[in-house]
Amino acid sequence: MTIKETIDQIVSEFGYFDDWMDKYNYLIEMGKSLPMIEEKYKVDSNLITGCQSRVWLHADLEDGRIFFTADSDAVITKGIVNLLIRVFSGHTPQEIVEAHTDFLDSIGLKEHLSPTRSNGLLSMMKQMKLYALAYKTKLESDAS
Amino acid sequence: MFSDTFPLKINTIVPLNIDTVRSDFPILSSEIHGKPLIYFDNAATTQKPQQVIDAISDYYLHHNSNVHRGVHKLSRQATISFEETRKKLAAFLNAAHDHEIIFTRGTTEAINLVAYTFGESTIREGDEVIVSSLEHHSNLVPWQQLCIRKNAHLRVIPIFDNGELDMEAYTAMLNERTRLVAVNHISNSLGTINPVKEITRMAHEHGAAVIIDGAQALSHGPVDVQDIDCDFYAFSAHKMYGPMGIGGLYGKESRLENMPPFHYGGEMIETVSFEKTVFNKLPYKFEAGTPNVADAIGFGAAVDYISRLGWEFIREQESKLLNYGTQQLSAIEGLKIIGTAPHKASIVSFLPANIHFYDAGMVIDQYSIAVRTGNHCTQPLMARLGIQGTIRASFSFYNTTAEIDKLVEAVLKVKELFA
Repeated sequence: MTIKETIDQIVSEFGYFDDWMDKYNYLIEMGKSLPMIEEKYKVDSNLITGCQSRVWLHADLEDGRIFFTADSDAVITKGIVNLLIRVFSGHTPQEIVEAHTDFLDSIGLKEHLSPTRSNGLLSMMKQMKLYALAYKTKLESDAS
Repeated sequence: MFSDTFPLKINTIVPLNIDTVRSDFPILSSEIHGKPLIYFDNAATTQKPQQVIDAISDYYLHHNSNVHRGVHKLSRQATISFEETRKKLAAFLNAAHDHEIIFTRGTTEAINLVAYTFGESTIREGDEVIVSSLEHHSNLVPWQQLCIRKNAHLRVIPIFDNGELDMEAYTAMLNERTRLVAVNHISNSLGTINPVKEITRMAHEHGAAVIIDGAQALSHGPVDVQDIDCDFYAFSAHKMYGPMGIGGLYGKESRLENMPPFHYGGEMIETVSFEKTVFNKLPYKFEAGTPNVADAIGFGAAVDYISRLGWEFIREQESKLLNYGTQQLSAIEGLKIIGTAPHKASIVSFLPANIHFYDAGMVIDQYSIAVRTGNHCTQPLMARLGIQGTIRASFSFYNTTAEIDKLVEAVLKVKELFA
């Protein structure tokens, strides 16, 4: 599935929710299946700043594709991270760097995107793109 | 509950009804997520009564003019109204002189003013500055950075687990190298009311000056700076029903006279030549540039509003809300109140067992309840308590016990969702 297809799927899933309770329950469920970060990567240098809750994010490159693992001390945050992981994990650095990320607007999580002290969603997304950019650069220099 | 630092002054004229008082605040009748707003974030900023909003718009509609320089009537009027607020604040705080009140952008700027003038000219290598574990970053970072610049020592008064200052440790900390003690009157995170009069007396015995961060205090009870005898007292209008962007510093005349200016520019000068400048007298020496006239006038209206309600009404309401809120929240199984000092203002920080404050805050928000979650700009305090943050409900006289019931309902929902 392409990044675009996953995003469309998430947007359509969110379309079924009538109220915030459904949405939060969905995120809580999503949090439970989060690909957990290995304990050794749960270190301060992998902490994403700007979140009210602590979020650790790690990226591995396998066969030219990036796989993310993460954890958070807050349940809803886990769900949100997993949503992003579902979108980006398993794609090439190039695909992740070029992906459009405005889909969060249409699923009613827009307020989580505001770049304030309390909201780290933007920071998470930025961090994922930074990992992709770093791997993209690495792959290009390895190839040359 | 305010002990000796808040002597009760009663000046209520008419018995007040909570519905009438609430109707003074237009925002309180608005809706969030389709439900009536419940505003429990008063320690971050209080809402503004119509009287304050009117004073500001009336100024811009009818009186806008720069102060202190014009001979024209508008300017004279603006100057009178602006200076009127200074007089009101001096009376509100029981300062000895009107010129002991300096307008600033708020508490943070007031503290920085003292750090960059009194601090820079007084603190020397090896000197000691004392702060408390309860400080907001704005009454910690300016002193920490001053100490770094001066190679001085920052010392921290520890707290007990209930959020009370360890006064014995404070006593032991004072010595002949202590130059300044900087503490808050009321902790923004836990609500602890600190014994500022005693803290000041002890600091003075060792020849140290005292600055009190009063940001949280002035909305909850009377403050008498002469009785406390502090050297400086910093405050913000927006936490006492006034506008944002204005606040002030009270400073003892003798201290202010001996301090160099903070900012240079217009207004703070007497005469200027290319070679030298004679600075203006107090309070103008510390008020460079065109001041925030409209908000100063709004600030005056806020002081009038508080005075009209009277401390008796405010304290009765807020102590009822604090007791009820503490009781109802404590009754929730597994919920822990963070900060249980015997003397507290109407601020209740809490954490439900094994639930992150962010998760809780997200759900509480859906009940259209505004609470604050996080470290409340007191990261070292949270570290001391071994937590990342809290959920903080801070009550004002315009809140009701029915609103607290809604909060309890929301917290029970949080438990159901995340347990």
